[in-house]
Amino acid sequence: MGSLATLYQDLILDHNRAPQNYRSMENANRRVEGNNPLCGDKLTLWLRMEGDRIRDVSFQGSGCAISRASASLMTAAVKGKTRQEAEDLFQRFRRMVTGSLDPSEAQSLGKLVALAGVSGYPIRVKCASLSWHALKAALDQSDGVVSTE
Amino acid sequence: MSEKAGKRESGTAVRSSASRTDVGPVAPTRLAASPLDTGRLRVDFPILDRRIRGKRLVYLDNAATTQKPRAVIDAVSHFYTHENANIHRGVHHLSDRATVAYDEVRQKTARFLNARSPREVVFTRGTTDSINLVAQSYGRAFLTAGDEILITGMEHHSNIVPWQLLCEQTGAVLRAVPLNSAGELELEQFAHLLNERTRLVAVVHLSNALGTINPVKHLIGLAHVRNIPVLIDGAQSAPHLPLDVQELDCDFLAFSGHKLFGPTGVGVLYGRESLLERMPPCQGGGGMIETVTLERSSWAPIPAKFEAGTPMIAQAIGLGAAIDYVSQVGLPAIAAWEKILLDYATHLCNRIDGVRIIGTAQDKAAVLSFVLDGVHPHDVGTILDYDGIAVRAGHHCAQPVMRHFGVPATVRASFAFYNTKEEVEVLADSLVRVRRIFG
Ligand SMILES: Cc1ncc(COP(=O)(O)O)c(C=O)c1O
Repeated sequence: MGSLATLYQDLILDHNRAPQNYRSMENANRRVEGNNPLCGDKLTLWLRMEGDRIRDVSFQGSGCAISRASASLMTAAVKGKTRQEAEDLFQRFRRMVTGSLDPSEAQSLGKLVALAGVSGYPIRVKCASLSWHALKAALDQSDGVVSTE
Repeated sequence: MSEKAGKRESGTAVRSSASRTDVGPVAPTRLAASPLDTGRLRVDFPILDRRIRGKRLVYLDNAATTQKPRAVIDAVSHFYTHENANIHRGVHHLSDRATVAYDEVRQKTARFLNARSPREVVFTRGTTDSINLVAQSYGRAFLTAGDEILITGMEHHSNIVPWQLLCEQTGAVLRAVPLNSAGELELEQFAHLLNERTRLVAVVHLSNALGTINPVKHLIGLAHVRNIPVLIDGAQSAPHLPLDVQELDCDFLAFSGHKLFGPTGVGVLYGRESLLERMPPCQGGGGMIETVTLERSSWAPIPAKFEAGTPMIAQAIGLGAAIDYVSQVGLPAIAAWEKILLDYATHLCNRIDGVRIIGTAQDKAAVLSFVLDGVHPHDVGTILDYDGIAVRAGHHCAQPVMRHFGVPATVRASFAFYNTKEEVEVLADSLVRVRRIFG
């Protein structure tokens, strides 16, 4: 059972209040909208890919603290990474928020571990994953809309 | 069942809930002004003893579904334990009794709504099913391209989407009465939008998203001047306000058993007899026919015409127990107590920094919808849950309402008669804590 203090850590509250990479991007070459139809959360994600590498990433949207902080932390974590590295990170992130992460992997998640508390609140997993789904869609294709449903 | 069992089930309710009365089970309805003895009534609801994360459950999500008194749980369990059989089909003892019990609930429901006859009571799966029945039966039979259906800007999706489907099928046009900034209907607009093309009006009685009570009797009067039938979505009014279909003079009224302390899976469509007579069935099967040949069939009389297949027998019996229970507590007393709770909650919430109440209608009941400045409703909901408080955070199946107020979602505390002032205080304290966490 998650405790409140582990869910709403200072790092999460800070990223919610002042998210990083929270802007639109003029010279993006990928743009994806993410929706969580269940709760109405919306997010737009911009990527500038250079070859296989994420040169720049940014987002805007409305959502709960978990989804905003997660998007903010995600952008910081994947900037400069290759597509493969970002996808691997997503896999580990997903295991963490669904509570199936091997403890030995936790270190490699860096600041993203702040979201580990989400695993105690299954209905909030979608909030934490929305931006990652948008990232995956942006990496897989060009433009479009993704949904957590 | 069962007259005997029926009496016994309702006897349970009387004993546990209203043992304070020695003047007979209907007395509380007359004592509208006296606050309820919630301490006594709560004992009838076993789930209210539950603990959530170590805290006592504070259940404030009654607009989504209500909790069930022991009398309802026992009635369903008793039916399956002792009385279970299909209805209208057997000559054997149990089938006979189940048929009688099912029909008794219909009579009880007719009395609850003050319908002229049990023939005006159709059992459905719930409010949504009832509204879809009217759209697909009445709507498809009597509406054509260019006809208009008038709803309002505060409808639940279940009183919007069935009409949109009907419009696609028939070419009819859907119009909606706008809301003012308090979340009340713009009444001049209602009068203005009614016209010679309007064929049906469908209005929510008590808004699940805002708590607004609409002046439905007045609206029905206006529509009837033009001979336009009116459907009332009574999903939220049935558990909170006394309903009298003759006094309202509505043509259809829909509600759900599960929001009236009864089981899920059963609901009611009240329909004026002359309209139900004219309407074609929209589902075919057993139970709704008179004779069937391989070429054609003729329909059973109303209301069976609209009840194809084996109905929700046990759930209907549970609904009967719920109606008994609610009638014994008394809707006037329920409404009076919930008004006290709502006013108290409004007062406490207004004192908290950054709370904005969504829906400030003059005439309001049982629902407090709000947003907290700078905090998303889902975060509020999660933190309240941590304190054992169950509220709803979201759009409440009323996205047009959210758009009208320019919010993606709200937090909604919705009350039932078993809620207490102490629970309202727990809510307010928890909101202060949310404020603290989010700074
Ligand atoms: C005003 C209103 N109408 C209709 C419904 C739909 O009821 P049900 O889901 O039981 O069919 C609800 C339930 O939330 C409601 O609050």
